[in-house]
This record gives sequence, structure tokens and C-alpha cells, in this order.
Amino acid sequence: MRKIKEFIIEKLILICGLASIFFVILIFLFLLKEGLALFKTINPAKFLFGKNWYPISEPGQFGILPLILGSLLVTFGAAIISIPIGVGCAVYIAEVAPLKVKEILKVGIELLAAIPSVVLGFIGMVTLVPWVKNIFHLPTGLTALSGSIMLAFMAMPTIVSIAEDALYSVPKTYKEGALALGATHWQTIYRVMLPAASSGILAAVMLGIGRVIGETMAVMMITGNAALIPHSILQPVRTLTATIAAEMGEAVVGSEHYFALFAVGIVLFVLSFMINVTADLFLHKDKR
Amino acid sequence: MLKKVFLILTILLMCFNSAFATAQKNSLQIKGSDTMVNLGQAWAEKYMENNPTEFIAVTGGGSGTGFSSLISGTCDIAMSSRNIKDKEIALAKGKGINPFEIKVALDGLAVVVNPKNPVSKLTVDQLAQIFTGKINNWKEVGGLDAKIVILSREVNSGTHVYFKEHVLRKGDPNSQEEFAPSALLLSSSQAIADEVANNPVAIGYYGMGYISPKQKPISVAKDENTEYEASTIENVVNGKYPISRPLLLYTNGQPQGLIKKFVDFCLSPEGQDIVLKTDFVPINK
Repeated sequence: MRKIKEFIIEKLILICGLASIFFVILIFLFLLKEGLALFKTINPAKFLFGKNWYPISEPGQFGILPLILGSLLVTFGAAIISIPIGVGCAVYIAEVAPLKVKEILKVGIELLAAIPSVVLGFIGMVTLVPWVKNIFHLPTGLTALSGSIMLAFMAMPTIVSIAEDALYSVPKTYKEGALALGATHWQTIYRVMLPAASSGILAAVMLGIGRVIGETMAVMMITGNAALIPHSILQPVRTLTATIAAEMGEAVVGSEHYFALFAVGIVLFVLSFMINVTADLFLHKDKR
Repeated sequence: MLKKVFLILTILLMCFNSAFATAQKNSLQIKGSDTMVNLGQAWAEKYMENNPTEFIAVTGGGSGTGFSSLISGTCDIAMSSRNIKDKEIALAKGKGINPFEIKVALDGLAVVVNPKNPVSKLTVDQLAQIFTGKINNWKEVGGLDAKIVILSREVNSGTHVYFKEHVLRKGDPNSQEEFAPSALLLSSSQAIADEVANNPVAIGYYGMGYISPKQKPISVAKDENTEYEASTIENVVNGKYPISRPLLLYTNGQPQGLIKKFVDFCLSPEGQDIVLKTDFVPINK
């Protein structure tokens, strides 16, 4: 009897484990099937490097270079803002803060993670956008910079909590050894703790970036969505995610536009897959 | 093993689905044009007040969204601020759906700028040049020396399509004019209204219903030789205002039963009165 129960539970868990892989494969196959259909009529090079995105014209123009650059620019901006603050925050929580402050900060970070992205987008639209416009004397505040700042808020919780874990799992003996050799607190953090936790911190950064590149709602609301190749971070951009979200309602099922949106999905999938694999590589390096 | 579990799950899901579908016989799903959401909502509220046992749900998403829902059978009536495309008709026919068009109101498209902007009248030709990016400074149309920020709706919007076809391309089906790539594509008419209210160099367009004192509607002339006309209800009715369009409902085949009852209500004097109250233009006077 016990053996049977054991067997059943074991298999159930196995199914749960396999299910996630199974779904990923199904989703990927569907993406490929729908997305690759586009390339029967559109040249892949024209799709990836075309500069014009006019999907509903006759004939439609499906160049996603401005969209890729838009996504990368917003993500890059968000990384520049969130990495130093996030890692700094993690160091403070893990190494410097007294116990009480630490608890408060951790709750704060969790709260930040709990804010829905549409709410962040809305707040950004009414506060950040006019602010960016006035500070930089721009014709409009709906820019890549506004998107980057808002997305930095979204990446921070991921970066802080994973980087803090990484710092926390550095063996205590390292720190004690460093302090015993006469290093100051800062020297210990800078020379011993950070290098020892570096792979975990890199993984944290990559996962934070992965979160940013897939984010949709907030960027759609505050980056202006102009499909133009950006020359500076103070210009409006259109991201891959916002394009799919904004246009999926209009795309006639089975049309070129519909396939093109799935092809955009493939590009997005490949980008975030690469980022996650990089993060994974760093995490595993840590384990060895 | 895995397959079986899936099969059972799918069957369960299907059971639930059909259970829900049969439970809601006295309800209507209406979907489509964001321009018409307020109007649809107002109709639905009044209608449900008159018929308390029936339920009508109205959602937006854009005219294209309405058509794809009608085609996939997830709504009973599609609201649209543009005519159905041949492609969509073909697709619907393929799924056994016959889109039936009913004109229920008219809408004037207002072109708006910030009240601080000295420009207050433009020709359709100037509008086309502004929105395609050929004119990019306000001083070229008699305004201040400042870059023009173009605001447009997203491509899933019937307003976007209508404006492109009738202003940018001036109704010429062979024209290849497009919105300038630098045009900001905003996801709702309200977002355009907010941006115009805050941005002295922006220009945008939307249905007349969204005009408020925070924006200044532009008077438009067909060409240089005709009068500039303000976007008022009278000017839309008498056809003087050049940018107006029909608002449409689409059903699957001739409306019947509950759908017919609702459509008739929309076209009744009471329904057309609501049209006027929501700042659109009635067709049955």
C-alpha cells in the first residue's frame, strides 16, 4: 500500500516537472509555426534590418530594426540605472544595515515588486513624463528615458533580492579572515565579499534585465511608441513588446501582420532566452 | 500518461465552457471601437433600465478587435468606426459568419492643439503634410518657431485608419502616404487628450466627444478656397466639416431576436437622443 502511494506521488511530481518543459516546447513550436510563416512572403533580412514598420498598409512594411533598437535602448537605460542602485542596496542590506533597518528595507523591496506594472506606468505617465519634458526641454516627455527610469524600478527588486542572497551565501570565514587580517569593513566588502559573490550578482543583473526586456504595459504607456530608429535616449521609441500588445487586436488571423507579430515574438523569445541562459551560466559557475 | 491527463483537462474545460455559454441566453456581448465605447455603454445602460432581465456587456479594444471577436464568435455585435475590410469579410465568410452593417451615428473627427498654440485653422492639405512629417515646424503654418509633436492612435484604432485614408491619403486608394515615423502612437483617445492638454507643441486627433476646454479644436477647410469650418455638430450634419465618418454596428447576418431588439433601440428616437448626448451626431432626425 505504502509503495503504491509512494509510486503515485512520485509520478505526479514527475508530471508536474515535465509539464513546464512540455508547455515551453508547445509554446515555442506554436511561435515558430506562426512566426516562420511570415518568411514565405517577407525576406528575413528585410524583416530584421528593415527600417520601416507600417504593418497595416498595402503592401505592409515589416522592418523591426527600430523596434529591436527601441527595446535594447530602454533596457540598456534601465540597466544603467538599476544595477548600481540595486547592487548597492543589496550590499547595504546584506553587510551594513542593522537588523531592524534590514527588515524594513526587505519589506520595502518586496512591496516595490508587488506594484503592478500598469500602475507604475500610469504613475510614470502623470508624474515622470512631464518632469522629463521640463528638465530636458524636450518637445515631449514620452521618451526612452522615461521608460528606462520606470523599468529600473521594476528590475530593482529582482536584482536586490538575488544579489543579497548571493552575498549572504559567501562563507562567513571569508569575511572573518579578511577582518582578522586588518581590512576595514569597506575593504572587506569591496575586495572580498563582492568578488566572492560576483557570479551570483551577475546572475541577479541578468535576471533583472530579463524582466525589463519582457515588460510591456509600462513601456507602452510612457515611451511614445514611435517606430523610429532612436538617436538618443531622449527620443520616443517603440519596443517589441509594446508592438505586439498594441497591434494584436487589429491583426487579422492568418494575415501577414499576424505572422509578423509572432515573428516579433520569436525575436523577443530569443533575446530573453539568451539573457536567461547567461544568468544560468553565472549561477552554475557559482555552485562549482 | 501525460496525454491522458491533458485529454481529461481539455474535456473538463470544454464542459465548463458550454455550461457558461448556455447559461447566458439573455445577454449580449458588444465589442469594438474605442470611439464608440461611451456611446455603447450609454445605450446599454438605458436599454437595461428598460429591460431589467436582459444584460448587455460593452467592451472597447478598437474596431479591429471588434471584427476579430465577431469572426471568432466571442461577441454578438461589433462596433466599428470604419467599414469592414475585404480581407475581414473573406475571413468571416470562411468561418460561416456574414457581417451585416448598420449605420447608427456620425462622428466628426476633431484635430486638436494646446490652447496656448496660436494656430487655430488649417486646410486638409496642411494637415496631411503635418501628419506625414513634411511640415515639421509650427512656423510653416503660421505658428511659433517650434517642432511639431504628432500624436496618433495605435494601428488597432478605426480612428487611425480613417484619418490615414481620408486625411493623409485624401481618400485616394492608390496613395502610399503614411504617418511620419516620428508620430507618437498612443493607446487611447484620452491619452491623446491628456498629452495635448499638457504639451503646447503637440497636435492630435480624436472623435469630437473627447473635446474639452483643455484642448483647442482646429477649424478645417477642404482646400484654400473654401471656408474654415469648426468641428461642431451642425457642421457635421450639414456636411460642411470635412473630416467626419459613420459609426457602425456589425452583426452576423440580419439582426434577430435580442440583437434586433437592441439595434432597433439604438436607431429609435430615444437611442438617437443618447447619440446626441454623448457628443456624436444622430443619423435619424
